Amino acid sequence: MNNSPYFLKPASVQSVMLRVLAALLPGIAAYIWFFGMAILVQIALASVTALAAEAVMLKLRDKPLMLFLSDGSALVTAWLIALTFPPIAPWWLTVVGVLTAIVIAKHLYGGLGQNPFNPAMVAFALMIVAYPSLMSQWPAVGFTDFAPQWNAIFGARQLDAITMATPLDALRTALHTADARATVAGVLGSDATFGNIGGKGWEWVAAGYLAGGLWLLQQRIITWHMPAAFLATLLLVSGGFSLFDATRFAGPSFHIFTGGAMLAAFFIVTDPVSGATTPRGKLIFAAGAAALTWIIRTFGAYPDGIAFAILLMNIAAPLIDMNTQPPVFGHKDKGRHLE
Amino acid sequence: MLEAILVMALGAVVLGAALGYAAVRFRVEGDPLVEKIDAILPQTQCGQCGFPGCKPYAEAIAKGEAEINQCPPGGDEGIHKLADLLGREFKSLSAEHGIEKPKSVAVIDEQACIGCTLCIQACPVDAIVGAAKQMHTVVAQQCTGCELCLPPCPVNCITMEPIAESVENWKWKYPVFKITPAQKAAV
Amino acid sequence: MEVPRVQDHSSAKGGGVSALQRLFKFHGGVKPAYNKEASTGLPIAVAPTPTQLVIPLHQSIGGMPRPLVSAGEHVLKGQRIGGADGNVSSAVHASTSGKVLAVEMRLMPHTSGLSAMCVILEPDGRDEWIPRQPFDYRNATPTETRDYLRDAGVVGLGGAVFPSYLKLNPGKQGKLDTLVLNGAECEPFITCDDLLMRERAEATLKGAVIMREILGAGQVLIGIEDNKPEAIAAMEIAARAANAAAGDSSIRVVSVPTRYPAGGAKQLIRVLTGIEVPHGKRSTDYGVQCFNVGTAYAIYEAIALGQPLISRIVTIAGNVRRARNYEVPFGTPMRDLVTLCDPLPDSDRVIMGGPMMGLLMPADSVPVVKATNCVLIGSKALFPAPPPEMPCIRCGECAKVCPADLLPFEMYWFSRAKIFGKAQEYNLFDCIECGCCAYVCPSHIPLVDYYRFAKSEIWARELEKESADVARERYEFRLLREEREKQEKAAKLAAKTAAGREKAAAALAEAEKPATTPEEDAKKALIAAALERARAQQAQARPENTDNLTPEQQAEVAAIEARRAEIREMAKPHVRQSD
Repeated sequence: MNNSPYFLKPASVQSVMLRVLAALLPGIAAYIWFFGMAILVQIALASVTALAAEAVMLKLRDKPLMLFLSDGSALVTAWLIALTFPPIAPWWLTVVGVLTAIVIAKHLYGGLGQNPFNPAMVAFALMIVAYPSLMSQWPAVGFTDFAPQWNAIFGARQLDAITMATPLDALRTALHTADARATVAGVLGSDATFGNIGGKGWEWVAAGYLAGGLWLLQQRIITWHMPAAFLATLLLVSGGFSLFDATRFAGPSFHIFTGGAMLAAFFIVTDPVSGATTPRGKLIFAAGAAALTWIIRTFGAYPDGIAFAILLMNIAAPLIDMNTQPPVFGHKDKGRHLE
Repeated sequence: MLEAILVMALGAVVLGAALGYAAVRFRVEGDPLVEKIDAILPQTQCGQCGFPGCKPYAEAIAKGEAEINQCPPGGDEGIHKLADLLGREFKSLSAEHGIEKPKSVAVIDEQACIGCTLCIQACPVDAIVGAAKQMHTVVAQQCTGCELCLPPCPVNCITMEPIAESVENWKWKYPVFKITPAQKAAV
Repeated sequence: MEVPRVQDHSSAKGGGVSALQRLFKFHGGVKPAYNKEASTGLPIAVAPTPTQLVIPLHQSIGGMPRPLVSAGEHVLKGQRIGGADGNVSSAVHASTSGKVLAVEMRLMPHTSGLSAMCVILEPDGRDEWIPRQPFDYRNATPTETRDYLRDAGVVGLGGAVFPSYLKLNPGKQGKLDTLVLNGAECEPFITCDDLLMRERAEATLKGAVIMREILGAGQVLIGIEDNKPEAIAAMEIAARAANAAAGDSSIRVVSVPTRYPAGGAKQLIRVLTGIEVPHGKRSTDYGVQCFNVGTAYAIYEAIALGQPLISRIVTIAGNVRRARNYEVPFGTPMRDLVTLCDPLPDSDRVIMGGPMMGLLMPADSVPVVKATNCVLIGSKALFPAPPPEMPCIRCGECAKVCPADLLPFEMYWFSRAKIFGKAQEYNLFDCIECGCCAYVCPSHIPLVDYYRFAKSEIWARELEKESADVARERYEFRLLREEREKQEKAAKLAAKTAAGREKAAAALAEAEKPATTPEEDAKKALIAAALERARAQQAQARPENTDNLTPEQQAEVAAIEARRAEIREMAKPHVRQSD
């Protein structure tokens, strides 16, 4: 018989993971609206692959199968991979990505709770290094016909008709070329109304993630530290540079509402296993991730920097945690009466 | 070319000087290894390892003259610690040196004791008090359970009694429960 | 982090008992289902005296009291049966008059299932008191008062059972700012303090006034969780009376927010005064001392009535139909109390204490002791087995609720890996084992079990290391002594040598021969004689049933003898090695 405490609060890893999945739904809905149904194919593909890989690894590691399979952690990894990969990526790209995440980044490091790196970000980083062109082909906004997307995933790849570079990619390519006349405003279009903040469509997806993230905050699954520090740092850094030279550096609204920034702020940096865990540590971790994201986006060779930024901060997480321990009760050096 | 060689040579000289300075400045006095080994040994002073005490055995291990698995009172845990410290492979306790027993203390049957002082002379930690022709007794707190007093006793009045578990020395158990195959099948 | 709150419960009644009191917040905490209503409906009842009392001698922190009675003796109610032994110890008394049947080892109310020395008492039904006299503490020295309370067996009744006389020491300054009375009672199910304050508020307050005088404390703050309005009201009336008698308003009843573990002494001190008492420090160094309300009542009984601590209020709750508080004489088997409350048929365990920190009892026959604030009856339905343990995902829920501001998941990580040094670096010993972390853990990890394991392992290792250090020191001293004796002998010999070479040569030859001085001869003869005696003794002590044995039995005996001889042989080489 167990020792005290004898009753527990009804909480489980499974319920945490399922609520994270639920919080992704508004973002996914916006995604479908602007980029088509292909994302659902990718999510299904990633989920099935993740569950199968998880089952095989659990079997190999002699762990209770149903208990761990139903915890939902593999599904969260799978969905994040599907949402960060291009929706029209060939099926094998998603499958290999998910396998990398589940087999190598998760189970070879000891399974749930033991992985030092965010599995989804390991998969993204590996794939973008190995297949940079495939990883940056997104369907053109509004081109939501399902058949060509299905073909792009499973069949003949006649892509030119349906793909378009992401706003981030377009901006980076333009500014990095020798064309000295390229400016931020020129690339992104002079129309700065809503609908073009992060590139058409992207800001609605980001808004969906924001809504889901706020719900997670309300559910107390994540704390305010990580999203606030991530978004505030991204805002300050991009805002500062944009004030300094608005023609070369995109503004904060663009950075926050484009690419995976909002997804990262609420769903990726907040991964507790591979991130920092103390309140101050969370602030440092997320701020570092945001600063690195901006640096890699602006000066790097890859279209988005979130994956690399988070992996770099994952390395630093134990050190951050160790040096940001909150003062223990009675060790705060204020033993005297406060009146 | 010459420039590169000079830079490398300069680097070597500077680093060499720094290392030399560190070796002098942070010199370690004594033989810390023997101390570290001795700290792991249980200080029973029983001599079962073949050396006259824990310290000589520690010295022998440090010199590589003795194996790390010769200390029965230290048990497997002690061997593991020595193996960790010395970076050696774990070996199970060597049978010729004895077996690991529960920690015990010597108890003198005071009715049978004849006061011969032989056990007092044998005790490595002076844990037996008494005088010639007087009854002897063991100071339980100081007894290491080495059993060296047993053979010299002419009347076999000394016995080893395992230390009983009491509320003071009771320990909470390690809380990991292995999942049995039956439970596995159930979930 | 302080949260200023205005608390004024007395404004309606206009007594100024709980005037403006600024409250502070402690970090973390949880709000489990309190389940207190079940046992507050009925007033405190006196539990019937059982047919046999089993009174453990060791009922407090510190040294085990020496037994003062033996089997066959008749004792009176309140008679001392165990005397305090050592600096930290507290006396134990007979809970009723009767005959001592035995002083022997009995199962004690502890999860270990170990036994401890108990006095078994058969009540004679007369319930006859020892002569009782109030103790005049005003005309006694502080030491006399403390000795009196030690011998009256008063210990902290909040659960820690620390001898109260040791805490009634104002410390270096000679006086304190604040005496805190702990009536928070934050554990679910337990209502013994609540009922005590409702029914015996006046006596409790009198106890507090006595303690305050001994401690020289400026003010008395009585902290009660705001889910006990009746207790707060009763204590306010009593406090007003006490203030009126003293002509000041230094006793205040403070309602504190209901949040487990607000009743932890350190947490309550923090809430009421803002002071955080560090681990290992005395709160008196910060001008505060904290007592449970039950302890205040016990001190009142001991000093004002001359009655030692022989019973306490115990909540019987959980899987029973009639949960209630009883005044229970120490030594009453828990089984008797459970029966009084009509347990449901699926009850499967008895817990001493509440559901968050209570100890699982090895059997329901164990006695009620001074630490027993609650006898909680459990069942699989009420306290289901925790779901399977999952790996820690470092979600930080545990850190959010830890009232000691610790990082429980880090301590768990290192305790689990048995890296105890690191666990201590994360302040393992500041953990109060309140169970909040395990309560909220989504992975259902028995976190507190890991801390208990690590703590007892660290204590054991520290003890082991201490005794190894003593052994090393003693062994080295012995070597030194032997060396010195050898040198002294050699010096004597050398002196003789100087007297004459021939003599020396002779002496050398002598030394090489086995020494047989007359003195040693005598010694040998003595040993031989003693050996003879011992042999005779052994022969006398021979078991008588060794005659008329069957061949099988004889063979068995022979085999045992052979094994014994072998063991003796095995034991011998050790001597040679050590020479």
